[in-house]
Amino acid sequence: MRFGRNLVLFAICAAAPAAADETMLDKGMDMFDSGKLLATGGVSALEGSGGGGVTTWALISGYGTRDGIGANAHGTYVSTGDYSLWTGGVSVGLFDRVELSYTHQEFDTEKVGALLGLGEGFTLDQDVYGAKVKIVGDAVYDQDSLLPQISAGVQYKHNDRGALVRAIGASSNNGTDYYLAATKLFLAQSLLVDVTLRETKANQFGFLGFGGDKNRDYSTEFEGSAAYLFSRKFAVGVDYRTKPDNLSIAREDNAWDVFAAYFITKNVSVTAAYVDLGNIVLKDHQQGAYVSLQVGL
Amino acid sequence: MKKIALAFALVLGTAAAQADDTLYRDMGGADAIKKIASDTADNFLADPRIKDTFDNTNMDRFRILLGEQFCNVAGGPCQYTGRNMAETHKGLHLTNMDFNAVVEDLQKAMDKNNVPFATQNRFLARLAPMQHDIVTK
Repeated sequence: MRFGRNLVLFAICAAAPAAADETMLDKGMDMFDSGKLLATGGVSALEGSGGGGVTTWALISGYGTRDGIGANAHGTYVSTGDYSLWTGGVSVGLFDRVELSYTHQEFDTEKVGALLGLGEGFTLDQDVYGAKVKIVGDAVYDQDSLLPQISAGVQYKHNDRGALVRAIGASSNNGTDYYLAATKLFLAQSLLVDVTLRETKANQFGFLGFGGDKNRDYSTEFEGSAAYLFSRKFAVGVDYRTKPDNLSIAREDNAWDVFAAYFITKNVSVTAAYVDLGNIVLKDHQQGAYVSLQVGL
Repeated sequence: MKKIALAFALVLGTAAAQADDTLYRDMGGADAIKKIASDTADNFLADPRIKDTFDNTNMDRFRILLGEQFCNVAGGPCQYTGRNMAETHKGLHLTNMDFNAVVEDLQKAMDKNNVPFATQNRFLARLAPMQHDIVTK
């Protein structure tokens, strides 16, 4: 059933470029100007905001310029050996200034679910509603200054397993992350760099709730990315993200990944990564494949 | 201390002077850059997004000026004899989409003339700030 829903999501993703063919564009969809340069919309990160793999960047997602709008849909699958994760979502970029996103995530406990007495394949679902505003700078054009593009954003997360996450020590199944992201394309070096600071209470991105018996308050966490552009279509990079450690029942580690993104066209891109999420409840060394398909305008 | 600073400045200064025409040479020198400019102009005229902008342009002169500018920006021994970017594009109401179309047309021309991607980016990095003067809408 769960798989079926994800299959539908992927089908929608796959059908989107066909639906948005030229005739539709001709009929007054001029606002979707697709005017940004290839790859400068970034990709959808794990939580649905424009960014890298596990990091959120200052770029506004989609290919709309400051005179237009862009839209993006993504489906991402992560397998870490003992767990797996599906995420699917949509985002819109308004006038290269504001980004709104919605993403649904399903964290599958697979066999560990049985060990924990929850049942094999027990899932923790989460909805993430995101908003981001570009404050200053342009990551691409401002090559004559060191000023990065700086954006501020929020991600409201709602986990559907309230009783469970409270039982393991979390304070809440809802949480709001606040972040400040600075992204700069060092074009002469073909290098894109991001640094993001996040205020968060999330345990394992929110899958284990928010706040905990060890710490109920916000912590300031760091995200960093560097990506080298090998061509207009192909980039390889690394993401690093620190996370809080609020629960005494399960140690939480920092996350990192190495990714390759291939921008087939402005409408379709694929990201593949090797991701390491560290310890997740009972299981150390949660590392494995990350695959993401993105379609958009 | 002063001596060290002076030596440091000299080294930096020398490095800067030597690096000056590196990009120009990496792009293939005078003839290659002239060809890139001409191919770029061809691409502009074939690009439905921006070709109308050149309706009243003397394209022969435009090609020469674009070549001069490219050569000059790349650090080559050329003078750009045209007007500045703000003046040239005044009243054209160009958008970021137009600017990016120009970038894509230039990239296509550099691809055609076998300029490596990393070298293209070094060149584009010098042109990118012109967006501030060219995009007025």
